[in-house]
Amino acid sequence: MAFEFNWEGNKDRVNRLLNFIEENKNKKGVLMLILQETQELFGYLPKEILELISEKTNIPLSEMYGVATFYSQFSLVPKGENVIGVCLGTACYVKGGQEILEKIQEILGIGVAETTPDGKFSIDATRCLGACGLAPVIMINEKIYGRLTVDSVEEVINQYR
Amino acid sequence: MMTVEELRKIKEETLKHMESKLYKLDKEKIGQKATNRHVLICGGPGCYSSNVEEIKERFVEKIAEKGLENVEVSISGCFGLCESGPNIEIYPDGTFYSRIKIEDVDEIVEKHLCQNEIVERLLNEDAKKEDKILPVHQVDFYKKQEKIALRNCGIIDYNSIEEYIALDGYHALAKVLTEMDRGEVIEVMKKSNLRGRGGAGFPTGRKWETAYKYEADKKYVICNADEGDPGAFMDRSILEGDPHSVLEGMAICGYAVGSDQGYIYIRAEYPVAVKRLRTAIKQAREKGLLGKNILGTGFNFDIELRLGAGAFVCGEGTALMESIEGRRGMPRPKVERTAHKGLWGKPTIINNVETFANVAPIILKGADWFRSIGTEDSPGTKVFALGGKVKNTGLVEVPMGTTLREIIFDIGGGTVGGKKFKAVQTGGPSGGCIPEEFLDTPVDFASLSKIGSIMGSGGMIVLDESDCMVDIARFFLDFTVDESCGKCVPCREGTKRMLEILERITEGEGTPEDLDRLESLAEIITSSSLCGLGQTAANPVVSTLKYFREEYEAHVYEKRCPAGSCQALLQYFITDKCIGCTKCARNCPVSAISGKVKEKHVIDTETCIKCGACMEACPVGAIIKK
Repeated sequence: MAFEFNWEGNKDRVNRLLNFIEENKNKKGVLMLILQETQELFGYLPKEILELISEKTNIPLSEMYGVATFYSQFSLVPKGENVIGVCLGTACYVKGGQEILEKIQEILGIGVAETTPDGKFSIDATRCLGACGLAPVIMINEKIYGRLTVDSVEEVINQYR
Repeated sequence: MMTVEELRKIKEETLKHMESKLYKLDKEKIGQKATNRHVLICGGPGCYSSNVEEIKERFVEKIAEKGLENVEVSISGCFGLCESGPNIEIYPDGTFYSRIKIEDVDEIVEKHLCQNEIVERLLNEDAKKEDKILPVHQVDFYKKQEKIALRNCGIIDYNSIEEYIALDGYHALAKVLTEMDRGEVIEVMKKSNLRGRGGAGFPTGRKWETAYKYEADKKYVICNADEGDPGAFMDRSILEGDPHSVLEGMAICGYAVGSDQGYIYIRAEYPVAVKRLRTAIKQAREKGLLGKNILGTGFNFDIELRLGAGAFVCGEGTALMESIEGRRGMPRPKVERTAHKGLWGKPTIINNVETFANVAPIILKGADWFRSIGTEDSPGTKVFALGGKVKNTGLVEVPMGTTLREIIFDIGGGTVGGKKFKAVQTGGPSGGCIPEEFLDTPVDFASLSKIGSIMGSGGMIVLDESDCMVDIARFFLDFTVDESCGKCVPCREGTKRMLEILERITEGEGTPEDLDRLESLAEIITSSSLCGLGQTAANPVVSTLKYFREEYEAHVYEKRCPAGSCQALLQYFITDKCIGCTKCARNCPVSAISGKVKEKHVIDTETCIKCGACMEACPVGAIIKK
């Protein structure tokens, strides 16, 4: 999807990021910290911001791209307002996690790592969320929903519509 | 700045408020009178997501409304029995309530707290035996457990450094700083033979000694909290329920090896643990238990959090260091030990969360005490995350040497729904599947590797007869392929080829040669991969091929999945329940169903594309797949 970065609307966030860079730039291994802060602030890593970071830190854009694409939590495209992480850890898998994922894809009409056209939801297939006692589970933003069934999952998603 | 004297004072003061819940540690006292009562609410990963904060609020409100005095309500770390959460315990009685909803709170306050009458309908189902109500420590799930790493989980309030101090927290740090020299600390750790709880089981004392011996201007202590094995949540529970135990262990390590800087590398998937660690680090700094001149002894040590970003391979020590250094998390060739040249080329200790949580008790109680628990070769306890098809899913800590059968059947309560036990998967993607015949194997590092699995970090997934072992192997390979960093060829290409073969087999297109190819690929990947991820990637395949070869053969030769799990190999049948409504025939997209109105229909299995449309359409459930 074509996407124009809105400098004006993101002014505050850009300033916060610049302050963060300023405060932390002498820390060793700072790139991960900056990228995490960027992802947190903007919900993804906008190309324009990566260029800005490169300028401020002297870290080449190519190196940043290498790091950003290595880790699954970084995204180069905007994510939905609500990120649904479907756990596909072992405990969830043997208790039907895959079926839950398929049902959510069917409900939202999108696949894994995609975002709904209204920008409301995106789906991630995540590895173990560490709530195996409640398997199968999903995590919406930071909240865990457990002991799901194919029939109960729609109700959970509707809370975020 | 805090002094040792002040530490003792905090302990004394805080203990006064904790009396009745301390009965949880001193089981003899359960049921006896105490000066106060405690409502303990489980705030472990599972229960916490079930709105326990609201339950706590309601308790506090209702208790105030009833004018009850000396009743304290607190949320603590994981009780362990996630299956029946949210769990609540009331002390001094030791009453164990389960599956509590917010609507149940009023009744507990009115009956139990006001009238001393147990609300039987809310009791945990195992807390009642032949009309006798059992206190929590006599419930089967807890009877055989012994807690060291989880000693404070389920007792203290995780947000209170004072309660941690009250249970001898930071006393081990005070002891090493004021009474022991660095060499003595190393000696105690070596003598205890505490082995790394992250999976490989390397002796912690020896690791520390290596870093201690090298002279360097800077040394680092890293806590590996990148708990990535699917099905494992031990470290998460420790970090969330008792974060200070990890901080204290790290500080002791820092003193012993001569480091002033620690890092905790934690998965970003654990936001609650991150929050609680941040709080704990702040509290420790405020109390002068981290930072400069700790306890007035001149020792400096501080800890910084570093978050992972969703890469499993970063649980591997050298990849983790690459990540902290701000690069792609790719493992390094191990020319030198990390205890010699690790983070930024300096001597570095990396230990797992559970390992650090074991340190303080060893310092306080001594190496002999620790060695009296567990086995000769693997002393102490191990925490396991019991999950999958087992009745009591949750977190258990048992002495090393406990058998798999005791863990799965005595503590875990066996399988669910009357299904037959098939195997237990230990060690995550690096481990293997252990069949029933080895259930009496004691759990320790050597015994598990002898039967083709590994201890791993402690995930234990129970599988029953409806789980297909080929599919489980495929599941793990899918995981490894996805998580392989791509640096070395055997892992990057080899695991991909193995996955393709396994996919072929589960789809009914496997050939007999595929089984040989799997075996030879496994051998090559294991012997030639760069890091632990690749070297152990084939384990799930090797162990299932070894113990469940007939299942592979059924897929390959008979195109049949004995567990009835592989979709492509299932066949649909119409049973005698059929009423002849013709609905299935009308819904079949390939016209594979024939039959007359009001007569039993038949599926032509040759034409059937196994889409399941008939099964969904049938109004009487007459269609089955097997």
